[in-house]
Amino acid sequence: MSARWAGPAGLALWAPGPQTVGPAWRAATLLIAVGVLAPLASLLWLALQGDPSHWQHLADYVLPRAMRDTALLLAGVGLLVLLIGTGCAWLVSSCDFPGRSVLHWALLLPLAMPTYIVAFAYLDLLHPIGPVQGAIRWALGYASPREFRLPDLRSLPGAIFVLGFVLYPYVYLTARAMFMTQPAHLLEAARTLGATRSGAFFRVALPLARPALAVGLALALLETLNDIGASEFLGVNTLTVAVYTTWITRSDLAGAAQIAGVMLLAVVGLLLLERHGRRHQRFGSVQRMRAMQPHRLRGAAAWAATACASAPVAIGFAAPALYLLWEAGKRLQSGAGVSAALVASLGNTLALASGVTVATLAAGLVVAWGARALRAGAGWRPGVGAARVSVLGYAVPGTVLAIGLLTPALALDNAIADALGLRHLPLMGAGIVLVVACSIRFLAMPVGGIEAGLARIPPALEQAARLLGETTGGTLRRVHLPLLAPALATSALLVFVDAMKELPATLLLRPPNFDTLATWLYAEAARGTYEEGAVAALGIVLAGLLPVLLLARTQLGDTGTPGRAA
Amino acid sequence: MNSIRPSRRASRPLPPLQLLALALAGLGAAASASAAEQVTLYTTREAGLIQPLLAAFTAQTQISVNTVFVKDGLLERVKAEGARSPADVLMTVDIGNLLDLVDGGATQPVKSAALESAIPASLRGADGQWFSLSLRARVLYADKGMKLASFAYEDLANPRYKSKVCIRAGQHPYNTALVSAMIAHDGAAATEQWLRGVKANLARKAAGGDRDVARDILGGICDVGLANSYYVGQMKNAKEGTDARKWGDAIQVIRPTFAKTKGTHVNVSGASLARHAPNPANAVKLLEFLVSEPAQALYAGANYEYPVRQGVALDPVIAASIGQLVPDPLPLTEIARHRKQASALVDKVGFDQ
Repeated sequence: MSARWAGPAGLALWAPGPQTVGPAWRAATLLIAVGVLAPLASLLWLALQGDPSHWQHLADYVLPRAMRDTALLLAGVGLLVLLIGTGCAWLVSSCDFPGRSVLHWALLLPLAMPTYIVAFAYLDLLHPIGPVQGAIRWALGYASPREFRLPDLRSLPGAIFVLGFVLYPYVYLTARAMFMTQPAHLLEAARTLGATRSGAFFRVALPLARPALAVGLALALLETLNDIGASEFLGVNTLTVAVYTTWITRSDLAGAAQIAGVMLLAVVGLLLLERHGRRHQRFGSVQRMRAMQPHRLRGAAAWAATACASAPVAIGFAAPALYLLWEAGKRLQSGAGVSAALVASLGNTLALASGVTVATLAAGLVVAWGARALRAGAGWRPGVGAARVSVLGYAVPGTVLAIGLLTPALALDNAIADALGLRHLPLMGAGIVLVVACSIRFLAMPVGGIEAGLARIPPALEQAARLLGETTGGTLRRVHLPLLAPALATSALLVFVDAMKELPATLLLRPPNFDTLATWLYAEAARGTYEEGAVAALGIVLAGLLPVLLLARTQLGDTGTPGRAA
Repeated sequence: MNSIRPSRRASRPLPPLQLLALALAGLGAAASASAAEQVTLYTTREAGLIQPLLAAFTAQTQISVNTVFVKDGLLERVKAEGARSPADVLMTVDIGNLLDLVDGGATQPVKSAALESAIPASLRGADGQWFSLSLRARVLYADKGMKLASFAYEDLANPRYKSKVCIRAGQHPYNTALVSAMIAHDGAAATEQWLRGVKANLARKAAGGDRDVARDILGGICDVGLANSYYVGQMKNAKEGTDARKWGDAIQVIRPTFAKTKGTHVNVSGASLARHAPNPANAVKLLEFLVSEPAQALYAGANYEYPVRQGVALDPVIAASIGQLVPDPLPLTEIARHRKQASALVDKVGFDQ
C-alpha cells in the first residue's frame, strides 16, 4: 500500500492506498510550502545581490564575538529551560505535594509574558535604585548605591536568566503532557527490575519523553535566537543583533540577508541533526494505559518540592506581573485612564491573533496530514518536504521574515490590483499580508503539534476505517480529528498567545491606523516612556492569561490528574 | 506635558472584525477611498510624539491624517508597495535615515516658499527632497555633585572618567552619527583612539536607552554619559514623585562641544514627500504646517526639541538646563556620509561587547 511520486510533471502515478491524499489536498500542501518558502527565497535573492566584501569586517570584528555570545546564550537558555521544564514536569507528575494542583497549571503562566516585558521589568526591579537592591542595602545598613550594589543585569548571564525563566513553559508543557500519558507499567517494570526512582526517570521516562522535549526545546531556542527586544535591553550582541546592525545602521539589507541566511542554515542543520538522531525510534503507544500515580511526599521534602515548583512561577510570572500591576496602578491613579484607542488596539490584537490561529491551524492540519504517510512507509515525498519546510518561518527573526515577505506579497498584491483595476493595495490595506506573515511565522507550532498527535494514533485505526469502506477524508474527519482534538487545541492556544505578543512583523506590515497592544507598548518604549506602556503590557498579559489557562485545561486536565490528552 | 494623552489613531481604524472577516475569507476589498480629504503619514517616529501636531493640523485644515508607525524597514515597505503606496509623507529621525529614503528613490522634490523660508538652507535638501522639522542635541548628563563648567566630546575618553561613563549601544544611530561627525573632524584614526578610550571608561555595557543614563547616574553606576536633549525636558518636566522626575532631578546637563569647532553635535527629525504620494497637495500642506509657528512651538513645548524655525521659544526647562544651541557647523550630509565607517569603527573597537 505504497503511494509513490513518479513520472514527469502532471503524470504522477498514484497507487491507491489508505495513505494517499487527493489532488486538492496535494495542491494545498504545495501552496503552503510555497508560501513559507516565498519570503525565504526573496531573502536568498537579496543576499545574492549583496557585495560579499563586508564579510571581511564581520569575520574580523563581529562574528567571533556574536557567535560565541549566541552559542553561550543558547546553551545557557537551553540548559535552564530543560532543567526547569523537565524537572517541574517530573515533580508535578510523579509526586504529590502541597500546592501541586495549582502549580501544575500555574507553571505555564510565563507563556503569557513577552520576553521584552520581563526583561524591562527585571531591569527596573533589580536596578540599584529598584526595590530589591534598596531592601538589601537597607538590611545591610548601606545608605547609597554608591557604597554597595549587585552586578548589573545587563550581561549574558542576565539574559540567560530572563529568557530561561520566561521560555521554560514550552518544555514544561510538552514534557508534562508526555509524562501524564506515559504508561505506568513501563516505570513499574523498571522499578521491579531494581531501578531506583531516579533511575526509572533517567532510563525510562526521560528517553521516552525525548521527542516531546526536543519540540519544546526547539521552540524555546528559536525564540531565544530570534529575540531582539530583550537582547537589546540587556546588551547581548547575538547574531540577530548583527543582522539588525548591518541592515539598519549600515543600510546594507543584502548583507543582513546574507547573515540571516547563514543563521537559517545553522538552524536547519540543528533541526535535521535532532531528527536524524531519533530516525529509527517510534514513540506511539498502542492503547490508553493506566498513567503513573503521583507518589505522596511528606514533611520537609513536600515543602521543598512546593518551593522548587513555585520558584519558576514566581520569577517568570508573578514578580514581573506584580510589577506591571503596580506600574499600571500608578499610571491609572495619575488620572491617565484607559483611552478608547487602547481598547481598540485590544480588539485589533484579538482579531489578529484569532485570524492567525485559524489560518495556521488549517494550514497545519493540511501539511501534517499530507506528511503523515511517511510513518506508515508510504512516503509522499512532497508532503513530507512541506512539513519540514513549514517550520522554517519560525527559524528567522520576525522582521527579517517580514522584509522577505514584502517583495513577493506586494508583487502579488499589485498584480491583484492590476487585474481588478484597483488604485489601492487590497491585501496590504486589509491586513491580510500581516495575517499571512504571522501565520508563516507560527506555522511550526500546529505542524509540530499535529504531527506529534498523529504519531500517537496507531496506523491500525486508519487501516480499519479504510477497510470498512471509509474514505480518506472521512477517516480524517471521523477517526483522527476527534483523537487530535487535544493536540489541535494546544496548538491553537500556543499560536494565539504568541500571535498576541507578536511585534516585529506587525510593526512592518500593518495597515494605517492599526495598533495592537504590542505595537502600542513598543511605541511607548520607543519614546522612552516605558512606564506609560505598563497598561498596554498588562493588557497583553491579561489577554494572554485566558488562553494559557485554557491550555492548561486542555493539555493537562483540571486538577493535575491525568487528563484527556490523547 | 507628559499629560498629553491624545485620542490617537481615532481616525478610521480598521474595525477588527472586518480585518478578521477579510483575513478569513481571503478577500481583499477594503475600500480605503472615502470622500473626506486625507493624508497618509509613514513614520519611524513614535506616532504619539507627533499626535498633538497632527490633531492641530486636522483641526485647522479638516484633512484627516492616517498614520503607520514603522520602526525598521520604512524604505523597504514603500519600495515594495510601489506606485500604489498609500504613503504621502515619510517621516523619520536621524539625517542618515532621511538621506537613505532620498537615495532609495522613495521621495520626490517639493518646491514651497513656506518651507524654504522657515527652514534654514543647511537643514534641508537643496533639491527639496528632504526637510528637517526639529533638532536635538547630543548632550552630557552628569551627576549633580560634579563641578563641570564645560565639556568636550573628546573628554569622554579621558582616563579621569575611568568606569564612570554610561551610554547606549554604539551602533544606535544617535551614537553612530556622533562618531561620524568625529570622523569628519578628526579623521578615522583619531576617532578610533577616542572610541577605545570611551570604551575603556564605560561603567557598564553600552546598552539600554538614553534615559537609562540618568537612571544609572541616580543609581550610582556612573557619573557622566551622553544622551539626547529632549529626554531632559521629559524627565525634568515629569510629575513630582514619578521615577522619571527622580532621574531627571539627579542630573545636570552640559552642552558638550567638539574641541575643534566649539559646536555641539546636533541631529534632526525630518520628512519628505513620498514619490508616489496619492495626495501630494495635502502632503505639502502637512509639511508646511509642521514648520509653521504654532507647530514649531508644539515641537518645543510638547516634545522638548529645538525648533528649526527661528524665533520660536524653547521649553522653559530646556532653556534653563541646556539653553540655546551652538550647533557644530559641520554640514548634516557630512554626518550621513561617514555613517557606515562610524558603524564599522564601533564594531572594530568592540564598543558594544
